[in-house]
Amino acid sequence: MAHSGTPLVEMRDISISFGGIKAVNHVTIDLHPGEVVGLLGHNGAGKSTLIKCLSGAYQADQGDILINGEKVQIKSPRDARAQNIETIYQTLALADNLDAASNLFLGRELVTPLGFVDDSKMESEARKIMARLNPNFRKFNVPVSALSGGQRQSVAIARAVYFNAKILIMDEPTAALGPHETQMVSELIQELKAQGLGIFLIEHDIHNVMKLCDRASVMKNGQLVGTVNVNEVTDEDILGMIIMGKQPAKVA
Amino acid sequence: MTNTPPTHAPQGTEAPVNPIARFVRATELDTRMLGMVGALLLIWIGFHVYGALMNGGGVFLTPRNLWNLSVQTSMTGIMATGMVLIIITRNIDLSVGSIVGVTGMVMGLLQVEFLPQYLGLGHPAIWVVTVVAGLLAGTAIGALHGWLIAYRGIPSFIVTLGGLMVWRGMAFLSADGRTISPVDETFALLGGGPSGSIGAAGSWAVGLLGCAAVLWILRSGRIARRTHGFALRPMWAEYTLAALGCGSLIGAVLVVNAYPWPKGILKQQNLPEDAFIAHGFAYPVLILAVVGILMTILMTRTRFGRYVFAIGGNPEAAALSGINTRWVTLKIFALMGMLSGIAAVVASARLNSATNALGDLDELYVIASAVVGGTSLAGGVGTIYGAIIGALVMQSLQTGMVLIGFGDGSYRKIVVGVALVLAVYLDNLYRKKTK
Repeated sequence: MAHSGTPLVEMRDISISFGGIKAVNHVTIDLHPGEVVGLLGHNGAGKSTLIKCLSGAYQADQGDILINGEKVQIKSPRDARAQNIETIYQTLALADNLDAASNLFLGRELVTPLGFVDDSKMESEARKIMARLNPNFRKFNVPVSALSGGQRQSVAIARAVYFNAKILIMDEPTAALGPHETQMVSELIQELKAQGLGIFLIEHDIHNVMKLCDRASVMKNGQLVGTVNVNEVTDEDILGMIIMGKQPAKVA
Repeated sequence: MTNTPPTHAPQGTEAPVNPIARFVRATELDTRMLGMVGALLLIWIGFHVYGALMNGGGVFLTPRNLWNLSVQTSMTGIMATGMVLIIITRNIDLSVGSIVGVTGMVMGLLQVEFLPQYLGLGHPAIWVVTVVAGLLAGTAIGALHGWLIAYRGIPSFIVTLGGLMVWRGMAFLSADGRTISPVDETFALLGGGPSGSIGAAGSWAVGLLGCAAVLWILRSGRIARRTHGFALRPMWAEYTLAALGCGSLIGAVLVVNAYPWPKGILKQQNLPEDAFIAHGFAYPVLILAVVGILMTILMTRTRFGRYVFAIGGNPEAAALSGINTRWVTLKIFALMGMLSGIAAVVASARLNSATNALGDLDELYVIASAVVGGTSLAGGVGTIYGAIIGALVMQSLQTGMVLIGFGDGSYRKIVVGVALVLAVYLDNLYRKKTK
């Protein structure tokens, strides 16, 4: 797939080390609007670490991040949000003791003119977005610890979608879900893609990658093995990249 | 009604058959709080009846004792509201008693030995300057602890254990172990006593203002729900809540207004011996009420409060949501320091002196109050009103033991210790059941 124009996101030559170990070693990836790029690799390959540089949880030791061709500094999750980057973490990053609406707006609470948190307004907004994402969701007045895995996931997704993300990072969004809920997430990814969002999808399931992603970037031991167009390779090729760290024959 | 087992019942459809359950659901009262209030009443009635049967006269449920109880609870209660935030964020503060000691000493020296030199003895500004200085000192100490914990990564247990010793030592050194007494006359009023109370008319004003606030809260809550189309409470539940809220306020006014000035004080003030001058609410109680209301607003209506809960529930998630968790932690400890300063004002004013033992072992009662009041040591859960009721429970046990003739410290400590462990055990059972 050939992309013309400026990429939505470019991460150029990113490196980050922890205590002398290079977790991410000179990696360059990019993402275009309306595109899903899969990030693949073994556990510990550096996918999550790389993506945390984009979401503001970590700061790269070296390299540049460009949004729409402009160099940006992302020093905290707040900076990332200011660039319309939203992240759905593998752990979901929910405060279990708070209800769905409080989690949805955590760090970005709606306030009344006097500056107090406007719980009714937030609950009302939460009800609207949840009606779209998960129409069966009813548990608005209980802590999210009382929700099922799928319900918790939908709260985490709602948080990313509500604030009109342009760039979405999903870290194994379907890992803890049943078949029906996995299907719902797949449909959501297609819908968001059609709306023109760029999505980085960290995924272990090769079938999901083949189904959902346009391109796949494979990492091994902190280095980028390569980036391929998913429709030009077989799942065997991608597995070869993940396991052996070798480029498929026909892709340069 | 169907045969569906209750666990699978969809939310908000079936009305429970049990009238108590129906009452609780309709009024949306916190069952845990109802349990605590029930336990408190049991303790009160228990001590009163025991006194009536064994000592030939119950003295617990008398205006005099309840008034004293309210004053004695204030100091622990003020600090317990801050300890809730500390424990919610999975920290602990062992230093509050020593902060009371050192800030009490700072204020004592300031108002007795320092300010009168410049302003003159009995100058009306002395108490204001003293209180402000005390609160600033407390806040600064708390902020220092918070900085060491949040920005230097030292566990709060260690920082505040160190603080417990350091500030107690400082309190001793600052006046070479002397007791500073008597304090400024206006300052002394903040500790309560006949003159440090607002009298019958003032108490009625406070009570009625409180009633108006209760009605306003219920009404604006109902309006907000209607605006957003949420389920409303049935009208009878709203009326019940209004009656309960206003009833307890008016009840409190009646109790404090039924306790007259003692004869000795009347004579001292050159008043006729048969005059009935009611105490009314004491200043420390009003201070606790204001602190309680402000802290409740802080915890339930501001972003800061939301972040405190979020950090307690999942520190990592809070940080990933863009919350500056370190800065919030520092502020929590600074707030705890300021509340310790307020408690020091009340304590030293009540004693009419600053001693280096002021606030000794308070940290234990403050932590116990917060925990008895439902603050979970696992973090993320706690309420301000719970901590205040917890402080009242702990103080009731202590006072009650004295009144029934077990004033000897050992029995009192045993009862309070057992009550603490029992309360947490019952709380665990409750939480498992409601999960």
